[in-house]
Amino acid sequence: MKLFIRSILAAAAMGSTMLSAPALAETKLNALFMAQAAYSENDVREMTQRFMKANPDIDVNLEFVPYEGLHDKTVLAQGSGGGYDVVLFDVIWPAGYAENGVLVDVSDRITDAMKSGVLPGAWTTVQNDGKFYGMPWILDTKYLFYNKEMLKQAGIDAPPATWDELNEQAKILKEKGIVEHPIAWSWAQAEAAICDYTTLVSAYDGSFLDSDGKPAFQAGGGLEALQYMASSYNSGLTNPNSKEFLEEDVRNVFQNGEAAFALNWTYMYNLANAGEDSKVAGKVGVVPAPGIEGKSEVSAVNGSMGLGITSTSKNVDAAWNYIVFMTSQEVQDGYAKLSLPIWASSYEKPEVTNGQEELIAAAEKGLAAMYPRPTTPRYQELSAALQVAIQETLLGQTSPEDALNAAAENSGL
Amino acid sequence: MSGDRLTLRAWLMMTPLLVVMLAVVGWPLIDTVRLSFTDTRLIGASGNWVGLENYARMLTSSRFLETLKTTTIFAVGSVGLEMVLGVLAALLLNQAFYGRTLLRALLILPWALPTVVNATLWRLIYNPQYGALNALVTQFGLSAEYQSWLGEPGSALIALIIADTWKNFSLVALIALAALQMVPREITAASLVDGAGPLARFRHVILPYLAGPLMVALVLRTIEAFKVFDIVWVMTRGGPANSTRTLSILVYQEAFSFQRAGSGASLALIVTLLVTLLACAYTILIRKAAGSAN
Amino acid sequence: MEHRSLPATLLVYFFALLLAVVILAPLAWLVLMSVFPAGQLTEKPLEWWPQTVDFSRYVFLLSQADNSAGAAFVSALLNSLKVATMASVMALVVAIPAAWAVSRMPQVGWSLSLVILTYMLPPVALSVPLFMGLAKLGMLNSVFGLALVYLSILAPFTTWLLKSGFDGIPKELEAAATMDGASLLQTLRIITLPLAMPVIATSALFAFLLAWDEFFYALLFTSDQRAKTLTVAIADLAGGRVSDYGLIATAGVLAALPPVIIGALLQRALISGLTSGGVKG
Repeated sequence: MKLFIRSILAAAAMGSTMLSAPALAETKLNALFMAQAAYSENDVREMTQRFMKANPDIDVNLEFVPYEGLHDKTVLAQGSGGGYDVVLFDVIWPAGYAENGVLVDVSDRITDAMKSGVLPGAWTTVQNDGKFYGMPWILDTKYLFYNKEMLKQAGIDAPPATWDELNEQAKILKEKGIVEHPIAWSWAQAEAAICDYTTLVSAYDGSFLDSDGKPAFQAGGGLEALQYMASSYNSGLTNPNSKEFLEEDVRNVFQNGEAAFALNWTYMYNLANAGEDSKVAGKVGVVPAPGIEGKSEVSAVNGSMGLGITSTSKNVDAAWNYIVFMTSQEVQDGYAKLSLPIWASSYEKPEVTNGQEELIAAAEKGLAAMYPRPTTPRYQELSAALQVAIQETLLGQTSPEDALNAAAENSGL
Repeated sequence: MSGDRLTLRAWLMMTPLLVVMLAVVGWPLIDTVRLSFTDTRLIGASGNWVGLENYARMLTSSRFLETLKTTTIFAVGSVGLEMVLGVLAALLLNQAFYGRTLLRALLILPWALPTVVNATLWRLIYNPQYGALNALVTQFGLSAEYQSWLGEPGSALIALIIADTWKNFSLVALIALAALQMVPREITAASLVDGAGPLARFRHVILPYLAGPLMVALVLRTIEAFKVFDIVWVMTRGGPANSTRTLSILVYQEAFSFQRAGSGASLALIVTLLVTLLACAYTILIRKAAGSAN
Repeated sequence: MEHRSLPATLLVYFFALLLAVVILAPLAWLVLMSVFPAGQLTEKPLEWWPQTVDFSRYVFLLSQADNSAGAAFVSALLNSLKVATMASVMALVVAIPAAWAVSRMPQVGWSLSLVILTYMLPPVALSVPLFMGLAKLGMLNSVFGLALVYLSILAPFTTWLLKSGFDGIPKELEAAATMDGASLLQTLRIITLPLAMPVIATSALFAFLLAWDEFFYALLFTSDQRAKTLTVAIADLAGGRVSDYGLIATAGVLAALPPVIIGALLQRALISGLTSGGVKG
């Protein structure tokens, strides 16, 4: 039966490509990606070249915007008939996109082979209300990176397993004068800060919303997470410039040897540990973000992203072919240095694991612990309110309690 | 040809301009007014009539007042600095010295630099970790530590004002310089004979010539400063903790990021009204200044 | 020339030097950053002069390889050129007759005042209907659509500049031509427009510079290489996602070159255009 469905689907896919693309006429696809963490712009361009070589009748135009522009660009292009066909979307947007009908429901197109082959955690990225709005593509969470040489110099044997330990170790490093500001985070007024915050919320076993969908982050784990950030910032253990850092700033500081610890996405591992412009190459260690004693072993944010087809696309079949290619195990295994595959069996393949065993080990624990940011159509407003709460707290303008209460009020929920 | 026909011909020649302006300004403005009374979202079904609700919510919200304050500080600070520095630069360039022609030529460069490039350049200069400003102040021993110029609410707005001033003071200087060159030599000479001090000479002899052009520059720059979007968007996106969020950024957020086109429209109209009032106040001032100058 | 004491002269030179440094230092730094070798910009302490001069970023951004970052940048450059040229031409087409009409027949002048007043409108006050309207017409993400929107900025400005230009051309010249039996169009073509050529050229340049500089509408109404302009491309680069600061600087230098060259070469014309309205009051 499975085989039967698959062959029908394959035939349908082939048929549709042939129908929509007669020998001479080209199908033009426009795809929106981000120039940021995960696959580099070069990787995406290379993968796309390969796709076009295999599908000479399809021409893919690539567009790269910063992560900050990704959501607005997608929504705005929705108004234009000739907008994007394929868009990259963050795990937090399907709810809002579904409300506005931005993405095509592709539930029928997901094969059983896909369903069984892709890690279960990855599917949450593209699902809303039981429907599938695309294929997961980037399976990512924030890890704790550390500078092995600095820890050794300070006489520290093992990287921190809890957030308190992180503070203790950072304190030693600072006192011994090994590094002035041991920890670097991305706490600029941007989504990046929410990802760091969510990591801590998961460590403290907090929750964003209660069962009625009302804000619940003002108390318990949500509050403790912000208190941790504030105390880390005020103690001088955290680089004070963290409050204007995005991920690339964190990477720059870390690979320039100006931080012993950094919270960042998968992509930093190979760039910092093997990159040409890295001054800490070969000295980078990575572990899952730590936990809190009695509450969690490790912590992690679901920072995964998926590829979907816009409802304005006139080339849905070609777009789906492209997505299937980009998310295929073969392609993902070949580009596993900056972003890890969504396919379960990839993690046993030497071509994926070689040279990054530490990262894979951290991923096994981290990916399993991924904690979601809240699912709500009003996510952008909630996030904006929380970003301000975090910044006001760090800047000492208000207490964590007041900041989060204000955020709850302004969240639009 | 009769006067009526002449007038008709004039109107005919105005028509293309008026049609274009109606299409790209008139109609959108009217539609913004309509939207501002609805709860229309940017995408999807058209909204419902909600009366003055959007206005009421916006005017009473603390974010509007905060944003208004930020915008005012930015406008007053940057325009004020631009006027003072621009006039000083013009007075200097009106003196005779070697290299004056070259320096006058250089003056146009900051103004010609695209706003977004200017913002990008200053963002790099202010970089907390690797920026030129931090390198400069530490290497000259002015500060032991690198500062987070765009990361502190106090300094971020000032940093923006400086970046904006650097680009736009040159415009004021160019205008003022052109005006200065129209001051007849004999008048300055005569006032010297009268024994007027430099300040008195500036106040009574030179300023009347500058007043008109400077007023125009002041009005244009103030209106632009109140509408500011580009430089803030590129340098801080309104952060840290919304301390550099200007009115235009707030409207963008409301209408496009949050897709609340209706309330975004009401906010945009409030901004428009403020700018119009400001321009009216200035026009009255200009009339007065012109009256006293003659 | 009034006599100046020695201290006053020294003071003048001191301030002249200061002004030169204030103007040039940031610009020089932009150019320098673009040719620093990779990695040297994150050295501490920062060195102010590149160890070797590295032009590779220019090659990278201007490369034409299919589907490369360079091709994307070049297309943004071309889009900016197209939009600015198209918008400037369209602005002149509507502005020249209107400006002449107002200059010669002041009784219609109030409508121009109304048009100029629209300069006060913040773009955000027009952006939502413009967005929805362009969407309906299928003109989002199109160079032409963006150029049309730019008319809202360029048309009032050029009309205003041109009107003061036409004011400077004596009516009597036109009257003489008409007396000789020339039609209005002939008069305009033979007498007025040639005389107004300098101010028309200045207006065109101004319009071009304004359009080249525009960011907000381009950010909202374009989405990819088909229409995205240079200002948006640079803002994307500067959005904190490019770790090589030299590359951002290179993009800035390339985007600044056209307006800076225009500004430097045509300084006199631009300044007279800029001040004509102001000085005349």
